Formats: sequence, structure tokens, C-alpha cells
Amino acid sequence: MKIYGVALLAGCFLIGHIVGDYFGKLFHLNGNLGGVGFAMLLLIFTYDYAKKKSWLAKESEAGILFWSTMYIPVVVAMSSTQNVKAAMSGGFMALLVGIIATGLCYLMIPIISKIGKK
Amino acid sequence: MEDLIKILEKNGLVFAFLIVGSIMWVSYQVSSKLTKNKIPGAAIAISVGLLIAYYGKGEKGIASIPAFSGLAILGGSMLRDFSIVSTALGASFSEIKKTGLVGLLSLVIGTCIAFFAGGTIAYFMGYTDAKSFATIGAGACTFIVGPVTGSAVGASSDVIAISIAIGVIKSVFVTIVTPFVAGRFGINNPQSAMIFGGLVGSTSGVSAGLAATDPTLVPYGALTATFHTAVGCLLCPSILYFIVNAIL
Repeated sequence: MKIYGVALLAGCFLIGHIVGDYFGKLFHLNGNLGGVGFAMLLLIFTYDYAKKKSWLAKESEAGILFWSTMYIPVVVAMSSTQNVKAAMSGGFMALLVGIIATGLCYLMIPIISKIGKK
Repeated sequence: MEDLIKILEKNGLVFAFLIVGSIMWVSYQVSSKLTKNKIPGAAIAISVGLLIAYYGKGEKGIASIPAFSGLAILGGSMLRDFSIVSTALGASFSEIKKTGLVGLLSLVIGTCIAFFAGGTIAYFMGYTDAKSFATIGAGACTFIVGPVTGSAVGASSDVIAISIAIGVIKSVFVTIVTPFVAGRFGINNPQSAMIFGGLVGSTSGVSAGLAATDPTLVPYGALTATFHTAVGCLLCPSILYFIVNAIL
């Protein structure tokens, strides 16, 4: 059943958030630190393990896949509810950061490729 | 008319599905028909979202109009984080192990470069507090890492909006530039495609850019790019934010 996949996803999500929350408290911050990242890693590991043991049916997988295809639509909804009017003052900076920071990453490609060949 | 608005207000989330679905359809049509997939449909759709937000009043964008309040549920942090976590399914750990240490190195270095370069530019343009530095720097990773970091450290909504815009610009930039510079940076084999994906991140940009360069490289670049978001969500609001917080 699809709900099995959704439930697995929900479990990873909640555990990730609990861990992130714990880290937040540990460092005296109100937010959730890296909860999403922990949850993703947890899902990757449990999914890998469950697949090796063939615990997950295709049907259950579809429950997780549905949510991963909803990710761009959710981001669209999120952007439509941001304070864009106030952000307009930073429009030029957004352009600058987007291009310069990305350009620097490109420059690293040949360097890391070289390390990989050694 | 009044009755209609009442129904929309009562069924906000369902109405949000209809709105976002329509935006997605129009954007993907524009992407394929007018730009020949040069600009990814996802990037157009997100830009349309930001544009719509501009017409709302105040902090919550278009959701400040009651009939559109469902968009705040669909795009709220709960469903956002839930759907982001689910994307990890596309990346199998046994496959990234094949890239080995170099893949991991490219992920960490890519995140750090984007974070500190982005944050430093923001710093010199007047966003001198640690929260804004971290959120804008995280936005330079991907348009997901920005808002996730922003809500974790408690940045303001306008800074979060900027971080999304940066991520969108990055994805468009990567899509357009990659086919032109692929030769110069040696993106012509699976390993360098994986390094490219890990360094640059933006999954939509990397997949679209590689598709225009050499379609057989797409799965390799997309694989590490998916991890970029995970690594960014892990590092930016935690270790990297602490470093910034300690310095500023």
C-alpha cells in the first residue's frame, strides 16, 4: 500500500526533526539545525536497507515518489507566499550572488577532477 | 462572487492545488515551446510564484489575501520539508559510493564556496548580521537550502525571499552557461559530471544544462546534485552558521 511508503517518509522526517531540534537546543538556538538533512540521510539509508531486504513493494515506493514529484509545486507555493516586495530592494544583489558564487564553483571543477584522477 | 470567495476561503488548500497546478502547466509550456527547454520549467514556475507574491500585501505575499491563504499551507514549512526529504529517494547511497571521496569532497567544497561567497557579497551590500549572511549564503547553494536555513536561524521573510531568488537565478544561469563552458571545464565524462553536480548543486539547472551538453551525463550530475541539497540543509544552518555567528 502507498501509505506504507508515506509512513516511512513521515517517520524519517520526524526523527530528523527531533535530532535537528536536539542540536538546536544543544547550541542554545531556537531553530531546527539540519533536521531536513538528517531526515534525508536517514531515508537514503533505510530505503537502501529495505530494498536489499526487499521489504518495500513497488506500490509503497510510489507513496514516497508522489511526494518527491510534489517538491517543485510546493516550492512554487512557497515562493508565492514570501515577502517579495521587501526583497525587491535586494534584487541586484540576488543577481550578483547567483552569478559570482556559481561561477566560483565552476572554477573548482578542473581542480577536483585532477584530485580524482590521482 | 461573494459566495465563490467564501468557498475558496473554506477550501484553501484544494484551491492552492488548482493554482499551483495551473502555474506549473503554463510554465512548462512556455519552457518547451518558447525557450526550447533552455530555461527550465521549474525556474519559470518559481519566478511566477515570486511575481504573484509581489501583488500580495505585506509579509505573507499573496497568502495575505484570505482566498489565497491555502498557498501558505501548501508552501508552509511542514509540507515543504516533507517533500524535500522525499527527493532523497532518487539518490541511492551505493551509487554515490562509486564516486567515492571525490564526490564527497565536491559536495562539501561546493557548499562552502557558495555559502561564503554568497554571504560575503551580502555582507558588503549591507546585510551584516549573521542570520542574513547565512540565509543568503545558503540561497547560493540552492533555492531549497536558503529558506530551510532561513527558517532554522530565524531570518526575516524578505531575506528568505532574496535567498529563493538567488537559487532561481543560479538554476537559470547553470542551465544556459553549462553547454557553452562544458568543454573548457572538462565536463565530458561521468566522473567530472558527478563532480560538476556536487560542486554546483542546483538539480534542475544541472540536469537541464547537462541535457543540452550531453544527455548521457544527466543521471550522473543529477545524482550528486540531489545530495548537494541534503548536504546544504545539513551544514548551512549548523556548522557554517556557527562559524559565521562566531566571526560576525
